[in-house]
Amino acid sequence: MNAEVRAMKTAAEQALATAFASAKPTLPGDAKVAALRDTAFRRFDAAGLPHRRVEEWKYTDLRALMRDAKPLAVPPDDSARASAGNAGAMLRDLGARRITLVNGCAVPELSDLLDLEDGLAIEFLGAAFRNGDFWAIPPRVGVLASDDVAVSLNTAFMTDGVIIRVRQGAMIERPIHVVHVFAGEEPAAVFTRSRLLVEDGARVMLVESHEGPAGKDYQVNTAIEVSVGAGAHVDHVKITSEGTGALHLSTLMAAIGAKARFNTFGFVIGGAVVRNQLFIRFDGEDTVAGIGGAGLLNARQHVDTTLVVDHAIGGCQSREVFKSVLDDQSHAVFQGKIIVRQHAQKTDAKMMSRALLLSEDAEADHKPELEIFADDVQCGHGATAGALDQNLLFYLKARGIPAKEAEALMIQAFVGEAVEGIEHAGLREAIMESVSAWLAARS
Amino acid sequence: MMPLLEIKNLHVEIDGKKILRGLDLAVNAGDVAAIMGPNGSGKSTLAYVLAGKPEYEVTDGEVLFDGEDILAMEPDERAAKGLFLAFQYPLEIPGVATMTFLRTALNAQRKKRGEPELSTPDFMRLVRDASGKLGIAPEMLRRAVNVGFSGGEKKRNEILQMALLQPRLAVLDETDSGLDIDALRIVADGVNSLRSPNRASIVITHYQRLLDYIVPDVVHVLSRGRVVKTGGKELALELEQTGYAAFQDEAA
Repeated sequence: MNAEVRAMKTAAEQALATAFASAKPTLPGDAKVAALRDTAFRRFDAAGLPHRRVEEWKYTDLRALMRDAKPLAVPPDDSARASAGNAGAMLRDLGARRITLVNGCAVPELSDLLDLEDGLAIEFLGAAFRNGDFWAIPPRVGVLASDDVAVSLNTAFMTDGVIIRVRQGAMIERPIHVVHVFAGEEPAAVFTRSRLLVEDGARVMLVESHEGPAGKDYQVNTAIEVSVGAGAHVDHVKITSEGTGALHLSTLMAAIGAKARFNTFGFVIGGAVVRNQLFIRFDGEDTVAGIGGAGLLNARQHVDTTLVVDHAIGGCQSREVFKSVLDDQSHAVFQGKIIVRQHAQKTDAKMMSRALLLSEDAEADHKPELEIFADDVQCGHGATAGALDQNLLFYLKARGIPAKEAEALMIQAFVGEAVEGIEHAGLREAIMESVSAWLAARS
Repeated sequence: MMPLLEIKNLHVEIDGKKILRGLDLAVNAGDVAAIMGPNGSGKSTLAYVLAGKPEYEVTDGEVLFDGEDILAMEPDERAAKGLFLAFQYPLEIPGVATMTFLRTALNAQRKKRGEPELSTPDFMRLVRDASGKLGIAPEMLRRAVNVGFSGGEKKRNEILQMALLQPRLAVLDETDSGLDIDALRIVADGVNSLRSPNRASIVITHYQRLLDYIVPDVVHVLSRGRVVKTGGKELALELEQTGYAAFQDEAA
């Protein structure tokens, strides 16, 4: 019986199959890219949308959460482009080089591609399909998580994105900010695929922001492949402030070389259903990675952070700090897996996930997993979930601080502990300002 | 003259356990009142109830502060009215910078009283002066509230808050516990410098020692949730000699 039930495709699965069949001829790329898309879609089609009996998606039942598939987003018209000009305002003060994608399509007139620093190259994915640059990718990148369902769908449908290359030894001081905006009126799906390829000894900071209007029914599937060369220093920050009706699936796949420094931080402050996946693999020794995130959830928001850190080689250090603040009926999921391979001796990995529940109806599910095959390692994890400490609140109130302000101070402190991990002071401030605004809007 | 604080027939329970059983107490403006008593007599409960700690249930009686019943007020409202509790065990607040905490508290109280917020330079000057007097290093002020502070440093931090907030009624709950003699002097100086005809302090202590430095106008002895004896400063010395046993019997 069950087998027959499974054979029935859901409405969303059927719609995706129809969409893929009809979009195939118009999706960008040559025959080789088309073959890649076909393979990826077949992989998705065989597995279907993951559900709660698929361990990796246990707490984020995509089959239930994704009731239908939206038509592929149309390229932005003039009004959509105009409305996107104000996107990413939260990060305006960074002075970053802004690259803008609207409805998953590159918008050159909203992108600052002039006077690129020496050693920095930026092109859009569409161009990379045409000139073959798409295939110029280090072999160790592009294999990570390729069987993941979100990645498979992304590969099948990817329309545009940004490819950033930083040449050996180049120090790119000015942060790069890739602004993703949905500005459509009709329900639509957006698929973007980006890359950050940093050669040995180079330095760069990339900020991605994802946003869209409140109340609009849209889906985003975004993926980024990151390669960090030996001795390179890469900071990556992703800000998810999608509209209240958005389903947002995101995947970061990073391969990190030796003696490198890689920091990634995810800040979630919007979206109806958000899944942030991070697949990070150490490919060289003596590398340090700081992996963190913070989420502020309210209403019925569902935010899932799923992390796989693969210590494929020894002598590396990883620190994971994730915080979520949950109000109303929101639901936060944290799945963090640290793998330490047999030869990855002297690995030092510590993971902490903490949830602060502001409401009786909120739910946090944390699933830390350590798979350790080496015997000379330091690994630890911790997970906590709890309400605000009433004794601390009383202490603050006894000093004259009203309840709401006292709670705000404590919530800021809670989130701040994770935000501290961001090296760029301006970005830390921008995020904490956003936290303050969220708290001020809290009733 | 109306007392600054007047407690009438106060009955308080926590988790169904009766702690205060008909406590009466009046503290006049200008006075330092010492409250002494054995462990479990209700001293700390009294302090918490005055400050408004939620888990204490007042089953009877009233507490008038400046003629106004404060029992229905939130702790922050009481603080803005000028009530201050120096905690016996000051709490650590990770992630909240001491300066942010002090400034938020000061400005919240000023705002509630309809006074303008302090400018940054004025605030900094105020903190520098007050912390200097208390021997609090600027480095301590840069840390999170009480995090990594020693017991004595935490107590001094309480006194710093008191000095900045300038309460009309300060309640010091065993502020002397865990203090060495130098810290004790500093704390006492802080309390003494607040003495004025329109302010009052309640010094809760188990031992007479602190009262050598903060000389009380009145001493109350608390036992089993009631004031069982009231006298002058010599009563504290007497207690030091005889202990609390006599009063425990009396109350029973």
